[in-house]
Amino acid sequence: MQLYELTIHEAGRLLKNREITSEQLTTAVLERIEQIDDKIGAYLTVCADLAMEQAKAADLVIAKGDGSPLTGIPMAIKDLICTKGIRTTCASAMLDQFVPPFDATIMEKLNRQHAVMIGKTNMDEFAMGSSTEHSAFKPTRNPWDPERIPGGSSGGSAAATAADMCIGAIGSDTGGSIRQPASHCSVTGLKPTYGRVSRFGLVAFASSLDQIGPIAKDVTDTAIILNAIAGYDPKDSTSLPEPVPDYTSALEKGLKGVRVGIPREYFETEGVDSSVLESVEKAISTICDTGAERVEISLPQSKYGVAAYYVIAPCEASSNLARYDGVKYGFRASGKTDMIDMYRATRSKGFGAEVKRRIIIGTYCLSSGYYDAYYGKASQVRTLIMEDYKNAFESCDIILAPVAPTPAFKIGEKVDDPLTMYLSDIFTLSVNLAGIPGISVPCGFSPEGLPIGLQILGNHLCEEKILKVAYNFEQATEFHNKKPAV
Amino acid sequence: MKQNQTQVKISKEEVKHVAELARLDMDDSSIEIFSKQIGNILQYIDTLKGVNTEKAAPTSHAVFLPNAFREDEVKDHMDRNLALSNAPEKENGNFIVPKVIG
Repeated sequence: MQLYELTIHEAGRLLKNREITSEQLTTAVLERIEQIDDKIGAYLTVCADLAMEQAKAADLVIAKGDGSPLTGIPMAIKDLICTKGIRTTCASAMLDQFVPPFDATIMEKLNRQHAVMIGKTNMDEFAMGSSTEHSAFKPTRNPWDPERIPGGSSGGSAAATAADMCIGAIGSDTGGSIRQPASHCSVTGLKPTYGRVSRFGLVAFASSLDQIGPIAKDVTDTAIILNAIAGYDPKDSTSLPEPVPDYTSALEKGLKGVRVGIPREYFETEGVDSSVLESVEKAISTICDTGAERVEISLPQSKYGVAAYYVIAPCEASSNLARYDGVKYGFRASGKTDMIDMYRATRSKGFGAEVKRRIIIGTYCLSSGYYDAYYGKASQVRTLIMEDYKNAFESCDIILAPVAPTPAFKIGEKVDDPLTMYLSDIFTLSVNLAGIPGISVPCGFSPEGLPIGLQILGNHLCEEKILKVAYNFEQATEFHNKKPAV
Repeated sequence: MKQNQTQVKISKEEVKHVAELARLDMDDSSIEIFSKQIGNILQYIDTLKGVNTEKAAPTSHAVFLPNAFREDEVKDHMDRNLALSNAPEKENGNFIVPKVIG
């Protein structure tokens, strides 16, 4: 086995026992990136020098016996998380040259554990997309089939994890942007409860939906990363002042007494690939075979999730992205002597098509005369969607569902048809509207050999429950051990 | 989507107007494409009209939290030059912008 193939918990054990050093591990991962990232395009910035410095420092910490679970572990960070002194682009021409003067709270937490930042990963511009094709710099290719998308918007982090170009990764999820790429790349990705992880230093897309979370090679690693990044932060007034449990202690065998809800509507949705339905049905049986009890549930409003989301998210985005005015940071168009002309030229050149499309949808839905019909109505429907989940969790502990309706589609297939692209997030969006946590774990492959993921949802702050179910499923199957041939 | 049979959801003039509100310049061909694409999206969003929301209060925040208050204390903050380090144009510790008042 190559060092870059290790999981966090395997590498952590070898580091602790001094069988390997972080310098060796980091070198192996950097060489792997050097060898294959030309084919995949997972990284926008590789921080080779910084990573080697951090690895050496981590080795000293481990030598003193002061290591933590992420000490010396090479991590890939989605390029919308502010990293002090390291260019943070959001995959946008608007932030091409932006070097944050501060660290996001989760970076402070990772740095405190002496994790190694290996680089910043590609994404859809400002996290708006489901394919990573909307990056202003380059597309990322799926390690399982380079003709296909890796999912998005955290496509770079998922592809880097799947292709062993990092040991663990950080993504963000506003409507499925961790879970869907994890599903398409056969890795594990968790969107925590809204407020579980501080958003301070996360470049804002839709503030009531955005959440940072782990993308990892297995469930244990996912729990280890969540342990490191979760918790209240006075700098984020929406972060939850709740204690953080040790998520790894939830990883116990046996699901006796766990009630798993199967939402009827999700399995009656049109356009879901038969290989996805078969894999998810098999996964449900596997989970019930380990002692869980199957409960049929109904989420009657779920069919309105996409419509409500595509009002609320663009409205919030149009407001959040008003800050890109060419004054304080980011790109400024040159040669304009009038303020408004400068704004217009800056924003027109700095933003890509998908970002503009969403700004226009959001501005339209919030504009005078349309607010009640669109934003007001969608906010009310959001309440009904939340009530659906609340009612469902009275009769079950967790919910099982597909992540994406089809395996990864081809690069270019949906890029000119935004509505079809939006509908590919049908099973993930309403989770963000409700603020509940969800995980994607590998649960099968299509006849073409493309990965399929299982989505496990829990009630607010029930990350331990979904991790436990995910862990039991993983231990009963081999999907997570299969690697793409890059 | 059966865009042709139905009324145009958002006209080219409306796209142009909204782009102006959002401080975006758009050429004619982009306006035409956006009018069609956004029209399709808005038509899809219209399915919300069929939902009975009479008894539903609007939600803008998924998790209940009381207001976050803190003491108004003087603390160290970011150095001025560091805060200005990404400014496209700056002078004497200030951001420079085009003339606003003529």
